[in-house]
Amino acid sequence: MSEPLFISGNEAVARAARDSWIELATGYPGTPSTEILEHFASLEPVTGARKLSQWAPNEKVALEVAIGASYAGAGALVTMKHVGLNVAADPFFTVAYTGVTGPLIVVSADDPGMASSQNEQDNRHYAVAAGIPMMEPADAQEAYDLTRLAISLSRRWGSPFLLRITTRVCHSSGIVHTAEPAGPFAPPRFARNISERVMIPAFARPAHRRLRARLSGIQKWNETAGPNEIGHASREIGIVSSGVAYLHAREACPEASFFKPGLTYPLPIEAIRAFAASVSRCIAIEEGDPYLAETLRAAGIPVESAPEPYRFGELDVARVRRILRREVSPEPAPAPGKAPELCRGCPHRATFEALRDLRCIVSGDIGCYSLGALPPFEAMDTLVCMGASIGVGLGMRHVLPPEQARRVVSVIGDSTFIHSGLTGLAEMVYNPPPTGHVVLLLDNGTTAMTGMQEHPGTGRSLDHRKTGKISFEEVARAMGIRNVHTLDPTIDPAGFRALIQSSLEKPELTLIVARRVCLLAAADIKAYDRAAALECV
Amino acid sequence: MSDLTNIVLAGLGGQGVLKACEIVAEVAFRSGLDVKKAEVHGMSRRGGSVACDVRFGERVWSPMVPAGECDYLIALSPEAIQTNSWRLRPGATIIDAAALPAGEPKEKRALNVALLGALSRLLPFPESAWLDALFACLPEKHLPANVAAFQNGRVAQQPAPSAPQRLN
Repeated sequence: MSEPLFISGNEAVARAARDSWIELATGYPGTPSTEILEHFASLEPVTGARKLSQWAPNEKVALEVAIGASYAGAGALVTMKHVGLNVAADPFFTVAYTGVTGPLIVVSADDPGMASSQNEQDNRHYAVAAGIPMMEPADAQEAYDLTRLAISLSRRWGSPFLLRITTRVCHSSGIVHTAEPAGPFAPPRFARNISERVMIPAFARPAHRRLRARLSGIQKWNETAGPNEIGHASREIGIVSSGVAYLHAREACPEASFFKPGLTYPLPIEAIRAFAASVSRCIAIEEGDPYLAETLRAAGIPVESAPEPYRFGELDVARVRRILRREVSPEPAPAPGKAPELCRGCPHRATFEALRDLRCIVSGDIGCYSLGALPPFEAMDTLVCMGASIGVGLGMRHVLPPEQARRVVSVIGDSTFIHSGLTGLAEMVYNPPPTGHVVLLLDNGTTAMTGMQEHPGTGRSLDHRKTGKISFEEVARAMGIRNVHTLDPTIDPAGFRALIQSSLEKPELTLIVARRVCLLAAADIKAYDRAAALECV
Repeated sequence: MSDLTNIVLAGLGGQGVLKACEIVAEVAFRSGLDVKKAEVHGMSRRGGSVACDVRFGERVWSPMVPAGECDYLIALSPEAIQTNSWRLRPGATIIDAAALPAGEPKEKRALNVALLGALSRLLPFPESAWLDALFACLPEKHLPANVAAFQNGRVAQQPAPSAPQRLN
């Protein structure tokens, strides 16, 4: 065994992927998942394996690239935050039917409590809905062990696997013992298999039956050989729990018997039935929705779930103690901390001052600039999901009375625009509102919110080397937007305001690129540019 | 769980809360104890409140310090005390800038490490373990200022009494 490491769950996933011969890793940045791909990129490959790490324009494209690599026989890893799986849901559901050749692991990093997200959806439902087996580690050691197990099971069963982790698994560190690397494995090679890879209805119907048979096989295996931890102690109370909730539960109630499944879809139902029968009170301790409790009750196993208030937010030891006491009295609210704000010197400040002073109706988007909704700006009126600023802005323009419609502006960041803004522009050109529309693209030259990742608009790849670059202005012109302007809102705030004002008055389509590099990224970007210039010489 | 030591480090984004947390965890890790560290990213560089938990002992389960069980709160900013008071054990020790001699640290950005200097007197690890962790966790060019800040923080703090006490 190697020397123990003290690493985060995210780094443990990255190391496990490297050690299990994953050859291609891709994803889109999103808290709390981002560091997985960055760690993977920084690791030396296993001898004999290739190792590619790249950011994709969005999660759907990332998953499609990974599916292609896997069909071709390579091991592939895709990382995203929970809401990213909504974007990638289309290929996710159908790759369950086709199965895979090389192992394929989809990482969904959920954010119960919404430390940095617009919702706290529980992506365990995706495993069930798509029919993709799901692994749920609790800490960094398990993140390593269960990622490796998921990869080997994916190889063995020809099934993609969902690795469902949460903020406290991703960003908590612990002591990790790693194991010998796997392999070597045969190099990728194309093998034609039309009936299993082309999902026209005639081939998809038998594929669905194969999927259900595969799941049934995995469930049988999970009943007896799966990564289940079972501890028989108290005859009074038994806890069924997975992920970080299990750790809180062990601490809150050390005397309880416990059943912790690691592979949480398909669940080892019969093994849990036997466990539940061995205690007088069996309770499921889980963060988010009552997935374990409802699945077990549907199978006729008498399992208690937490009272409704505990569906909201993260669990911790204190909340688990309350759940065990069935306490529903109001919980003490932690003192609110200081809210984050746009950095002093952030170019977005000039933008939101202008939007506030012009009394615009602002359809906002996901990024640092979400902070434009808070004082002293309060200049954002909607925020739904990546790219929604454009569609939502257009919808309002279509139905509002003209004097209000003319005040609507869509505000979107550079990385978010690449992720999901292009189709919004297509909609704008195709179904233009009578009052026209104004899109403000805040280009700070990086994916700032998640920690300065590159994207196709920066013209640099994940490792900050020069690659193809998409010009927002040229894209907009090519799509048929007549008024395309670029300026730095911090250099001439008055001119910037006047441009927004005059654009709002015209019943035309306008894209304004407000371009100034993020304060926190500026020094690094200069260094990348210098390195690129040296390479050219 | 009484054998566990629970530490919360708190302050504002950009103050080096996460780095300080990394150093404490590194010291405990190198001493052979079980250690867990929990942090939350996202808005941490945007000036908002940041808190990070370190727990060590024979066996650590949850990575988060439970409410009412924090033994040591390292507060890098004044409002971090109020924000995290609900997490303190009765009689918990709070270490903030008041634990340092006037004018310390000379390098303002080393406040995080200066407070660790004070903390180091209260935890059962030798000074050499702390210095090793500083060398492991900090870039070389920042070491001289940080080592000085650490030692000034350490000198200012009384050694551990038998039971943790509030400092200020």
